[in-house]
Amino acid sequence: MTSALQPTTPAASAAGDAGPATPAPARPAEPGTFSRLMRRPRFFLPLAMVVLLCAMAAVPSAFAGWFGHGDPHQCSLEHSGQGPTSGHPFGFDVQGCDLYSNVVHGARDSLSIGLLTTALTLVVAVVLGSLAGFFGSVTDMAISRLMDVFFGFPMLVGMIVVLETFSVHSILSVSLVLALFSWPVLTRIMRSSVLATRGLDYVTAARELGAGPLRILLRHVIPNAIMPVAVLTSITIGGVITAEASLTFIGVGLTAPSISWGVQLNSAQQYFTVHPGLLVFPALFLSLAVLSFVLLGDCLRDAFDPRLR
Amino acid sequence: MASYVLRRVLLMVPVLLGTTFVIYAAVYALPGDPVQALAGPDHVVTPATAAAIKEHYHLGDPFLVQYWHYLTGLLHGDFGIDLNNTPVSAVIAGSWPVTVKLAVMTWIIEAVVGVGLGYLAALRAGRFADLAVLSGSSLVLGVPYFITAYVAQIVLGVKLHWFPVSGTDDGWPLSYLVPALCLALLGVPEIARLTRASVLENLGADFVDTATAKGLSRSRVLVRHVLRTSLVPVVSMLGTNLGYLLSGTILIEGIFNLPGLGFQVFQSVQQHDGPTVVGISTLLVLVFLLVNLVVDLLYGVLDPRIRLD
Repeated sequence: MTSALQPTTPAASAAGDAGPATPAPARPAEPGTFSRLMRRPRFFLPLAMVVLLCAMAAVPSAFAGWFGHGDPHQCSLEHSGQGPTSGHPFGFDVQGCDLYSNVVHGARDSLSIGLLTTALTLVVAVVLGSLAGFFGSVTDMAISRLMDVFFGFPMLVGMIVVLETFSVHSILSVSLVLALFSWPVLTRIMRSSVLATRGLDYVTAARELGAGPLRILLRHVIPNAIMPVAVLTSITIGGVITAEASLTFIGVGLTAPSISWGVQLNSAQQYFTVHPGLLVFPALFLSLAVLSFVLLGDCLRDAFDPRLR
Repeated sequence: MASYVLRRVLLMVPVLLGTTFVIYAAVYALPGDPVQALAGPDHVVTPATAAAIKEHYHLGDPFLVQYWHYLTGLLHGDFGIDLNNTPVSAVIAGSWPVTVKLAVMTWIIEAVVGVGLGYLAALRAGRFADLAVLSGSSLVLGVPYFITAYVAQIVLGVKLHWFPVSGTDDGWPLSYLVPALCLALLGVPEIARLTRASVLENLGADFVDTATAKGLSRSRVLVRHVLRTSLVPVVSMLGTNLGYLLSGTILIEGIFNLPGLGFQVFQSVQQHDGPTVVGISTLLVLVFLLVNLVVDLLYGVLDPRIRLD
């Protein structure tokens, strides 16, 4: 489920040794990196998929109408569970709605949750990771023990328990719960990165020149320590989308009136023997979305984190 | 060594307290009236009965008092009584063998396949086998494992009849094989990549040159010196993976209808059965912490340079 959210160990463990090798990823990549990346199919293919998915999430009606039946709520029960016909390339779902249009509209909720959760996680990780790594002692103790508590229990168990206490299962509430359980991984990486950066000469120099801790943190440490966390953004989005789909699939995430791939997979459970398309098409789109984000993230990590080459 | 173990065990105490508190607080906040849930939705509960039930389960006490009752019970090995009047320890006793069988089998598959593929990829770095392992692992990470599980169930069980579709009627190992394989997909890609990176790093290390210069055979150098040292981060990852593995059992046991701990957690959350959720989650956390302690102790065995103190 959340495999992409796992502590991506090479980065984590390598950043853990405060060795002289660590500042390398902190330096912004040379100007040529992006244009060099664009020439690689490994980079631009997933990037194109991600852009396409984002467009699909932003204006689903532009994509859903390609076969003439763009409204996901236009249903008639006489078509319930029928296979593909002309104008309905994916067939119909159990309610007799056009499956293609529904799958296209499903992109919005999944991507919104993925982006929102990742943004929340990044903010928390950068703030807490910097505080723990930079100030050390009691602050570090408190934050590290708190991380241990969250690392301590199986994430899905925690998310199910917390989601059950929410009466409204909206994009916001699901994102909040996902973020609540995904911040420790990135925070730990940020912490080790800050730990490696704070001992460097230019930080000492800034301190000797009389800069206050806040200024050192904001101007010198965070900009130079954020790279290992930033390159994991895309992989995190992939992991979050999977986690959301898993929760919704079990029945504790988003629920029926919202259109999402997880909801479609959940309702396909009983009917897939009659109409396998109910399972196959949402699963295909979900996998393509997650795969694009994970592959893009892999490529970015390789390009910007030379330790892993 | 003894003082290290003692310190680690003492460090587990705040983590365990924090975790049980978070879970207990979340379950305490679950919506719905437990007395009514106990009686069934249509049953009229007389005030006297309600009061008796509240008294019996300490439901009228403030939250912290309830938590204290629970904690003292836990220290005496008492996991509490669930809302069907069965001791939670009995529920756990009935379901842990299923989860242990599933988890151990998954672990073995992860270790053997993951380390094997990673080792192969490292020895053939840059060649076909390496590229196949790397791109294969991205592909597996990109497809949510519960979808793979569903497809495997349909194809291998329902269509081809090669394996049992669900349940544990065929016993170990046949009933557990497909679920364990699907669950292992969570860990294999990360372990393969980590092994690859770790082996590649050690191949260039001085002690490998020394061993070669001593005249040891290539295979002895590769297995006894390179592989053994490379396994240190991998073993640590197998430890942290246990958390994801235990989470994964919820979905996998649900899909394949295996009556294990994950299956019980999921059912109890839906029935608002607080004691069972807290009891099993606490147990899962305890197992997770203990396994990670054992894993840390194993470091010293694998890499003689590491001394624990």
